[in-house]
Amino acid sequence: MSSLAQNARVVVALGRRSIYQTFRRPQLMAPIIIFPSLLLAVQTGGAGRAVDLPAFPEVNGFLDFMLAGAMIQSCLLAGNSGGIALAVDIEMGFTDRLLAAPISRFAMVLGRLAGTAALGAFSAVYYVVVGLIFGAQIEEGVIGVALMIVFVTLSAVAFGGIGAAIALRSGSASVVQGLFPLVFVILFLSSAFFPYELMQEPASTIAEYNPVSFIVEGVRDPVVSTLTGSDAAKAFASIAGIGVVSLGLSAGALRHRLRTGQ
Amino acid sequence: MAAIQVRGLQRAFGDDVFAVRGIDLDVAEGEIYAFLGPNGAGKTTTVRMLTTLLRPTGGTAKVAGHDVVSEAGEVRKAIGVALQEAALDPLMTGRELILLQATLHGLSRTDGRRRAEALLTRVGLDHAADRRVGTYSGGMKRRLDLASALVHRPRVLFLDEPTTGLDPVSRKAIWEEVQALNDDGATIFLTTQYLEEADQLADRVGIIAGGLLVAEDTPDALKSEIGNAHLEIAVCDGKLERAQEVVADLGKPLPSRNGLLMIELKGGAGSVAPVVRALDEAGLAVESLDLVEPTLDDVFVAKTGRHLEADDEEVSPGAEPVRAKA
Repeated sequence: MSSLAQNARVVVALGRRSIYQTFRRPQLMAPIIIFPSLLLAVQTGGAGRAVDLPAFPEVNGFLDFMLAGAMIQSCLLAGNSGGIALAVDIEMGFTDRLLAAPISRFAMVLGRLAGTAALGAFSAVYYVVVGLIFGAQIEEGVIGVALMIVFVTLSAVAFGGIGAAIALRSGSASVVQGLFPLVFVILFLSSAFFPYELMQEPASTIAEYNPVSFIVEGVRDPVVSTLTGSDAAKAFASIAGIGVVSLGLSAGALRHRLRTGQ
Repeated sequence: MAAIQVRGLQRAFGDDVFAVRGIDLDVAEGEIYAFLGPNGAGKTTTVRMLTTLLRPTGGTAKVAGHDVVSEAGEVRKAIGVALQEAALDPLMTGRELILLQATLHGLSRTDGRRRAEALLTRVGLDHAADRRVGTYSGGMKRRLDLASALVHRPRVLFLDEPTTGLDPVSRKAIWEEVQALNDDGATIFLTTQYLEEADQLADRVGIIAGGLLVAEDTPDALKSEIGNAHLEIAVCDGKLERAQEVVADLGKPLPSRNGLLMIELKGGAGSVAPVVRALDEAGLAVESLDLVEPTLDDVFVAKTGRHLEADDEEVSPGAEPVRAKA
């Protein structure tokens, strides 16, 4: 078996383990499904009349608007949970087991991200199903759903890279866990839960240029309107940008850990 | 070819903290080599360098003929590693862990399944193979860790404190397995802080303290360096001085302790009978008699100035490093 094929097999095996881990440890699963579902329910139930505000984007209902936010919230938290799980692996020495094996060092990170990607895809499907059950309409139909799943999956990898980088640099689950509130700051300073046009300054400007807003708009676009290439392109560029930076940081953090042993 | 060859191996953390301060050692193919030392002596740091988990800051090391820095990949193919505090995922089952390990080492799915079955049976975990590791006892975790290290039939096996924290029964089970692996031809490098473990298992023992290898030889040779066995005799009616006179010519008198007559025997255990006979002929009744052999702790004390069990990590200023024989 070639080295590439062997490393691909390792990435798949580690990705599978990462998924098992998440489903077997409720504290890793809760942020991906339960928290965003609760926020989706509370927001949709409590702030549904926001759609009547002047300058609110044209949507069939507030649930249609909120679905993308819930998906990206789930992705960000999946990335954070993946980082926590990696840090736990470092703390308990499980990464030493991987580093002592004849595999590419970065396969360890890619395996974790493969699991996070699968969880991203799972959460996208879950929120689409929940949305449809509760009356959401996806304007772009099956193609729109497919595009949403692709964007959410890729976002999970990009955000997972940030969690992995912090886990590798700190080696501490509590440090990664400490970033949990930051996820909500990032989300609330984006158009995930509310249109930036209706926010006050400086939140409005921050949200307008927050890369998370571009990703959310890209995921939301197929739900609320006919697909526009520019929203999809901006979303893809944002995901790619965040992905390149986060994977670069992860690679750097891994190199540092291997060089210094800590 | 030596299975492990180390020259001047060093590891510093920062500019002035040296965990390992220049170690030389050779471990032959098929040997069990025990690295004995207290916590913080440099055992784990040495193992981490030899298993490519930590880059040395000085010196060289070859494992299975490959340099641990420039040929790290080849080293990883040749070694099996069971690290301190068995690094097992409590959420995985025993079988999943072995199968993952098989994948990491490039075994096909079929071979991995077959090997997992055989290894789980070998270490007596076949009944618990599909239970999560979090439900295993300490001994079961160690056995699973050992099994996972064997999945690719390594030439050199590193066991970092394989029995620390285990009860005597689990410890004995691990010892038996280590011995059996060695009988099958594996070279084993184990670290331990247990004297008995080193004494029972190892062909040779290296004593490490303060990042230096301060003694190295077979357990018997190390102990014989320290001196002969001595007798501790409790004489009835408190006739200690009279007893000391009677046995004075039969060995080297030692200062009495706790009212016991102490005498070092020149001829080892074979010299016990003349001592007992002399006391009997002098009309001195013996209440109890213990033949005390030198221990590796005596060797440790002689080489480092402190007992192995002591927590202090500093090596005696007088300790001299041992250099590998050319």
